[in-house]
Amino acid sequence: MENCSIEVHNLTTTYGGAPVLWDVDFELPVGQIIGVIGPNGSGKTTLLKTIMGLLEPSSGFVKIFNQDLDKIRERVAYVPQRESVDWDFPASVYDIVMMGRYRKHNLFRRTNKTDIDIVNQSIEKVGLTEFKNRQIAQLSGGQQQRVFIARALAQRAELYLMDEPFVGVDAATESSILSLLQEMKNDGKTVLIIHHDLQTVSDYFDYLVLLNTRLIAKGTPQEVLTKENLTNAYGGQLTLLAKVASLIKENEFPIREKDMDF
Amino acid sequence: MQTLIDFITFKDPNVIYVVLGMICINTSSAVIGTFAFLRKRALIGDAIAHALLPGVCLGFILAGDKNIIYLLGGAFLTGWLATFLVDYIVNQTKIKQDAAIGIVLSTLFAFGIVLMSVIQNGDYANEGGLNNFLFGQAAAINKDEVYIFGIILLVILVATYFFYRAFLSISFNYDFAASAGLPVKTIEFVLTSLTVLAIAAGIQALGVVLMSALIITPAAAARFWSNNLRVMLLIAVVFSVFSGVLGAYVSYANAGVPTGPWVVLILSLITIISFVFSTKKGILYRILLANKNKRKIFTENILKSIFQWHEKKQKDIAEPFAAADLLSVRLFSTRELNKGLVKLKQKGLLVADGTKFYLSAEGIVESKRIVRLHRLWEHYLLRRTSMDENHVHAGAEAIEHVLSPEIEKELEKELGILGIPKDDY
Amino acid sequence: MMNDIWILLTASLVAINAALLGCFLLLRKMALVGDAISHAVLPGIVVAYYFSGDKTSLLLLIGATLTGVVASLMIDFLTKKAKIQGDASIGITYTLLFAVGMILISTWLKGNVDIDMDCVLYGEIGLINLDKIIIDGNLYIGPMAFYTELFAFFCIGLTLVLGFKGFKLLAFNEDYARGLGINTTRWHYVLMTLVSLTTVVSFEVVGAVLVVGFLIIPAATAQLISKKLNRMMFLAAIFGIAAVVIGYALAIWLNVNITGAMVSVSGIIFMMVLIIDKFFRKQQVSKSLNPA
Repeated sequence: MENCSIEVHNLTTTYGGAPVLWDVDFELPVGQIIGVIGPNGSGKTTLLKTIMGLLEPSSGFVKIFNQDLDKIRERVAYVPQRESVDWDFPASVYDIVMMGRYRKHNLFRRTNKTDIDIVNQSIEKVGLTEFKNRQIAQLSGGQQQRVFIARALAQRAELYLMDEPFVGVDAATESSILSLLQEMKNDGKTVLIIHHDLQTVSDYFDYLVLLNTRLIAKGTPQEVLTKENLTNAYGGQLTLLAKVASLIKENEFPIREKDMDF
Repeated sequence: MQTLIDFITFKDPNVIYVVLGMICINTSSAVIGTFAFLRKRALIGDAIAHALLPGVCLGFILAGDKNIIYLLGGAFLTGWLATFLVDYIVNQTKIKQDAAIGIVLSTLFAFGIVLMSVIQNGDYANEGGLNNFLFGQAAAINKDEVYIFGIILLVILVATYFFYRAFLSISFNYDFAASAGLPVKTIEFVLTSLTVLAIAAGIQALGVVLMSALIITPAAAARFWSNNLRVMLLIAVVFSVFSGVLGAYVSYANAGVPTGPWVVLILSLITIISFVFSTKKGILYRILLANKNKRKIFTENILKSIFQWHEKKQKDIAEPFAAADLLSVRLFSTRELNKGLVKLKQKGLLVADGTKFYLSAEGIVESKRIVRLHRLWEHYLLRRTSMDENHVHAGAEAIEHVLSPEIEKELEKELGILGIPKDDY
Repeated sequence: MMNDIWILLTASLVAINAALLGCFLLLRKMALVGDAISHAVLPGIVVAYYFSGDKTSLLLLIGATLTGVVASLMIDFLTKKAKIQGDASIGITYTLLFAVGMILISTWLKGNVDIDMDCVLYGEIGLINLDKIIIDGNLYIGPMAFYTELFAFFCIGLTLVLGFKGFKLLAFNEDYARGLGINTTRWHYVLMTLVSLTTVVSFEVVGAVLVVGFLIIPAATAQLISKKLNRMMFLAAIFGIAAVVIGYALAIWLNVNITGAMVSVSGIIFMMVLIIDKFFRKQQVSKSLNPA
């Protein structure tokens, strides 16, 4: 692929010895809204975390915009699952969104006017200006999700990785996030979203990745959402795969022979 | 040496009480601790232990002397207060459980220290004995106390026997137990009361500061050896009693040395040994397993390439071949290959014939099995995932070595393939 | 009188140092790791003291601080490599290291007056004035303990001010911080080193066991009523100082253990704030339900 946002090559990530992602291999286009779908425990979050460098793959590699992650971190923004943090944290909406301006090298620097402007714009984009100084614990689930998205917007990145941004949000938030995504796409940004609601995938996404430990299918929604692919991913057809994965874990087997030196 | 003989032969009658006392205390806490450990509430035990100090002091002040009933009564009261406070803080505020434990533990312990200074400044007889509750002094266990510890042990064992299933279900999955209609609140009340009781009995020998080790460590060490709760309970008790008696001996042999630290040290050493040598999760076992896997993979790869060579040359599988022939189908280091061939010979899978080799009947079966598994798996990946023909070989490599006969049967059924698939990717 | 003031100043510094770090421990849900570190510095202190024969030497400071860091490494090792659950790893680590410390005290330092069991429990806050710093033979400028606390205060203050953003990010969302390319492990161990340093310098004043009350309780009290992190830190320091002053006054008046009184008062302040806060919340709720 000439214009490639994320290239994942033969990626295997294990958890406690068992492969959670297994030989996943794909290239994703630029400037599209891409959905990652698959049943619970199919490795969607693991895929995102491995792409973000939060988990070490046991084999394979990831390239973003044809480069190593460390070289282009500033161009990637990550939106973790809302439940992954403690919202009782003593901080306001503004404080959290300001974290989007933090960089590896500017942690010891004071925030400047540009940072403040960008943060205010990002808060406005997600419609939280009137809640700017409110403590994050006092927000609704949908508002908290929008805080996370505003933080990512404040990073001014080109690639956005979002882990289940539509979970536990109200209908109003869902549609405002959707229009925000369209706006981002029009600006040429690439957005990768983990999604679990099969009803809405064809409306929301331009491109899909269907996952169940292994890559089941990828492509446009029409290409991916075939009966055969969905049965393979959701129909329990991969029980054998799960059994083999647990055998590997039990025997502490290496996933790939080349991981071992003879 | 003489002290050891004295100790073992119970020459000093006190030694009998000490040993019996330690057996009762350590068995009680190991049993209760295993449930606390499984419920991930191990450190509540720490809060309870520290919280016993003010209770003991209050009991002492009320009794005016070191009366075990008063002391235990006071301890039981403040121990319960501690668990209540921890739960109260967690339920009523945004403070998390670990912080709540820290708050309750330090406040009640500090209050105990205050009460101790009151006792030291006042006119109390035999106040020196109170210091034993801080770091433990097994030698101070007397006959009356052994009876009481024995009763506590009996209560705990009887309760565990009758409530075994109930304890197990709330330890395994609290919410499920509640949804199944079990009286979880009552069970929890019983279990908490027993925990406080076990800890209260133990502080005499271990001291409040280190008592939590008697709750946590035996269970953690036993966990390395078994996944079965009954076996785990038994192992935890054995480890704990052994450390308790040994610790009591060290403290007996060196007058003035507290018992608690020694028991904890011995228990911790047992845990470290378990971690290294356990046959289930031990680090040594895992290294051996990795080596075994490595050898298995290597010899099976040789068998596979023997098959492939014959297939490529369109020869019968039983025909002889040279070691160098195998290099044409797979990359081996010559030295490693020769080592592997020797191993296969030892296993009776391979027969040497001058400079050449041929597979024995068993070897033929084995090599066919491996090639078959590899190819079945390739077919499975092709059919069920997006993997294409260029990738399946690498994806299936290594997997044939782990597939069990059951999985082979299932693959067969799902793919409808009998015999060895011809296509090799 | 002068002695009382120096004791109060020193103890207040202990309270401030511990409370500031306690905020981050609490927000990172590592309150009990703080507890474990404070117990675990004991063997370090004993070994360093045995070789240097001095309670305030630099060797002791460094050696004992390292033991605290070793404790946090050991907890990580037990959780990640030995796969023992988190709470049990903490319990095993601190009981083992504390037991080693106790054994060393009862064998190496038998009969020693500088470090004994009482000191381990609650320090010797009443005696800190024995180790005075006197300039020019007669100018008394306060006890040694005050200056070691002051040194720790500068270390902690400087690190927290400079690294405020980093520590805040680490506490709120560690994965996100790593996604930004920040080396969170390094930040984590900086924090652990500071906690360890605090417990080491405070050992002489408040002991190894009760220091956890200074670390956790004031920070938790502040957490109940704070909406901003810097406000929480400020309030935690204030609650810490309040407990020190009130506790000291009570201890002198009732002739009881000073450190014990301070931590008890701290716990009472926590309960009072909890109850008052709940009361006000209820009033607010009923007001919004029935607007007059």
